[in-house]
Amino acid sequence: MSSQAQNPAASGWRAWLLSASPASRRQARLGRLYIAWLAFQSNPLAMLGLGIVLALILVAVFAPLIAPYNPNAQVLADRLQYFSAAHPFGTDELGRDIFSRIVYGSRLTLYIVVLVAIIAAPVGLLVGTTAGYLGGWVDRVLMRITDIFLAFPKLVLALALVSALGPGIENAIIAIAITSWPPYARIARAETLTIRNSDFISAVRLQGAGRLRIIWSHIMPLCTSSLIVRVTLDMAGIILIAAGLGFLGLGAQPPLPEWGAMISSGRNVLINQWWVATVPGIAIFIVSLGFNLLGDGLRDVLDPKSGGQG
Amino acid sequence: MSAMPVTAMPVTAMIEVEGLNVVFGHGADRVHAVRDVSFRVPEGATFGLVGESGSGKSTVLRALSGLNPDWTGRVVIAGGQQGPRRDKAFYKLVQMVFQDPYGSLHPRHTVDRILMEPLAIHRLDNPDRRIDQVLGEVGLGSAFRFRYPHQLSGGQRQRVAIARALILEPRILLLDEPTSALDVSVQAEVLNLLQRLKQERGLTYVLVSHNLAVIAHMCDALAVMNHGAVVEELDVAQLKRHQPENPYTRQLMVASLGYDRAAIDRFEDFGREG
Amino acid sequence: MSEGQGTAKPLLAVEDLQVSFPSRKGLVEAVRGVSFSLGREKLGIVGESGSGKSMTGRAILRLVSKPGIVRAKRLEFDGIDLQRASEAQMRRIRGQRISMVMQDPKFSLNPVMRVGEQIAEAYRTHQKVSHAEARRRALEMLKAVRIRDPERVARAYPHEVSGGMGQRIMIAMMLIPDPDLLIADEPTSALDVTVQLQVLAILDDLVTQRGMGLIFISHDLNLVASFCDRVVIMYAGRIMEICDAKNLAAAQHPYTRGLLNCLPTIDGDGRDLPVLRRDPKWLDEGLEHGL
Repeated sequence: MSSQAQNPAASGWRAWLLSASPASRRQARLGRLYIAWLAFQSNPLAMLGLGIVLALILVAVFAPLIAPYNPNAQVLADRLQYFSAAHPFGTDELGRDIFSRIVYGSRLTLYIVVLVAIIAAPVGLLVGTTAGYLGGWVDRVLMRITDIFLAFPKLVLALALVSALGPGIENAIIAIAITSWPPYARIARAETLTIRNSDFISAVRLQGAGRLRIIWSHIMPLCTSSLIVRVTLDMAGIILIAAGLGFLGLGAQPPLPEWGAMISSGRNVLINQWWVATVPGIAIFIVSLGFNLLGDGLRDVLDPKSGGQG
Repeated sequence: MSAMPVTAMPVTAMIEVEGLNVVFGHGADRVHAVRDVSFRVPEGATFGLVGESGSGKSTVLRALSGLNPDWTGRVVIAGGQQGPRRDKAFYKLVQMVFQDPYGSLHPRHTVDRILMEPLAIHRLDNPDRRIDQVLGEVGLGSAFRFRYPHQLSGGQRQRVAIARALILEPRILLLDEPTSALDVSVQAEVLNLLQRLKQERGLTYVLVSHNLAVIAHMCDALAVMNHGAVVEELDVAQLKRHQPENPYTRQLMVASLGYDRAAIDRFEDFGREG
Repeated sequence: MSEGQGTAKPLLAVEDLQVSFPSRKGLVEAVRGVSFSLGREKLGIVGESGSGKSMTGRAILRLVSKPGIVRAKRLEFDGIDLQRASEAQMRRIRGQRISMVMQDPKFSLNPVMRVGEQIAEAYRTHQKVSHAEARRRALEMLKAVRIRDPERVARAYPHEVSGGMGQRIMIAMMLIPDPDLLIADEPTSALDVTVQLQVLAILDDLVTQRGMGLIFISHDLNLVASFCDRVVIMYAGRIMEICDAKNLAAAQHPYTRGLLNCLPTIDGDGRDLPVLRRDPKWLDEGLEHGL
């Protein structure tokens, strides 16, 4: 452990967080988060992943301030330019500045990833914990439904759904979310089955707690760790599926600067103007890597079995 | 604390169990875990259930508490006959303390949250006052109130478990090997605490243990179980005089006195081969 | 085969053993200067959780996993310096000269191998014999631990046998190479009381017959006192007292007395059990030189 910080205010605040006898709920919860943060911080790769994800968020939020050009502004005279001072990532086949398109494209990437996570994870959690705790026919029905969705390869099912719903970024999000929730349900159910027989669940049953309260307050919080890790690790895959759909013209529609669509339209000029397709590809790679590293780091910190705090 | 002989007891018993049977599984895997168990516990007494693993003693407790609804027989608690399910009023009457201090507290809840939950479920008033009071009674100060279970020692966790059981002000506590997982010095503290609480609140205890010394120390009367059935019921004075009648009880008693090579050679195998 | 302490060269000599683990909160010292020696006798090491008794046993066999650090002024087994021994030498010592039995056979036996095969494998690790010969010895060993139907048990898988039988199988496996010293870390704590004693009786006979030394690690003071010849009492990584098992009731150290007094007994009077008051002085004092 490092020595006392030089700033007395900082060390007092740190001592408050690390106190062995917290005086309020907030202090206890914040203290726990702080200790988890300290553990996370000690992993350089995890910090790199966090850095990349934070950079993505910042770029997306401040896109208008960062991007020098309007991403949709076509200047046909300047089409397919190489990297230059005016255009750091060159221009594409319609003369649009690639750097600006990447920056604005980050908004779309973030939009897709966050919405899919917000839809799929809670659905999976709810289905899994309910099936696991209630058991019986509820479990069987819910798990068969889950199995049906799991039977299809993700990309194929997403393709089919988008084709049925029509191309567009919202439909792509819905399609990806529908294919993403089953594994979360499986994870949540497996955890629930283990937790269900614990003494602390018996104790709360013996207080007269109803099933809803038990699932919501007691079982779900214990499933969130593994779910957070899994969702974070899946985000890379979600980005790639969205890019794949975009590549096939089924996701974000032109002129939206979605990175997958950018790769697709850059295909035609790949040999001579390789940067048009490659730069968005690298962007996808970096962001996927960032989420993967973040997910691994979170797992090391959150998963009690892998040595984090229990 | 004087021993209460089982024969001369007041009119109604606090707990009456008659012909309790619990069967697990079907067909070839059928296990008759509890066979025709009957006993009565007068109010204010501590009744012990002793036996080795697989004897069914914990299963009896779970059936009594309502955690396990698959039992047959007659169970009367505080004058009310019980069915397979229990209602909220029951949980204000009967509570349980579990064996494993590391498993009986929710790992993500603070002590405060753990104690608040029963109060919220039963909508009791003045939760803060009640929590502080019960923490004081089990010997934990308010410094422990917002700690997480992993920040507590085994003995402290067990105290929290006892506080949780007491906060609804029950009259009966079911104790499932409450000190088996604790160090010997901590066990002494927890046993003393349980005795004090019993006297202060006039509680009735049913204590399950495999440790005859703990049973002899805490109980007024006991039943010895083997392979699901009660082989002997005796009051503690008989046990202390080393006068059990049943050979299984005698063997258990000899075994709890320590390693005695000659005695071990005379051990018999009672019941099915484990 | 002489019994008792150190008249002849001791079988095991431990001096100032220290085991520590670096952690985020600083150095955690599990064992802080433990010294004792052992002849061909039964020595019990008793302590509560966190006393360092298990670590002591593991340190002898160099089984303390990284990042643990083991240091000692002297750690000698039958003249061999265990600290300087190479890993290859330690592998030859483990199992063949010093064996270890642990608490739960569920976790120590390989669940996917039949019992007989495991015992035979343990034998063939240290002796170059044919499979048939190893099998024969395995059955012999199962008989020696008083398993009534050794052929049937040898064909069974570990999950098909009871806890007591599992421990007897562990003992068979650990004793088949005929070691000189057996370290038993809570070998009977997971068993019922009658089975516990039966398993100990088997251990007792085998140890006496073969003239082995036994280190019996446990939290159960009474059991250790009635089973062993000498008892070492540990607290917070140090030895508080070493005494003959026969004289335990006359123990001097307040920690030992405290442990003895706080146990409930069948003949007790039901009054409050005396509570052990931990004197902070004990954290710093300890027995300097054990016999």
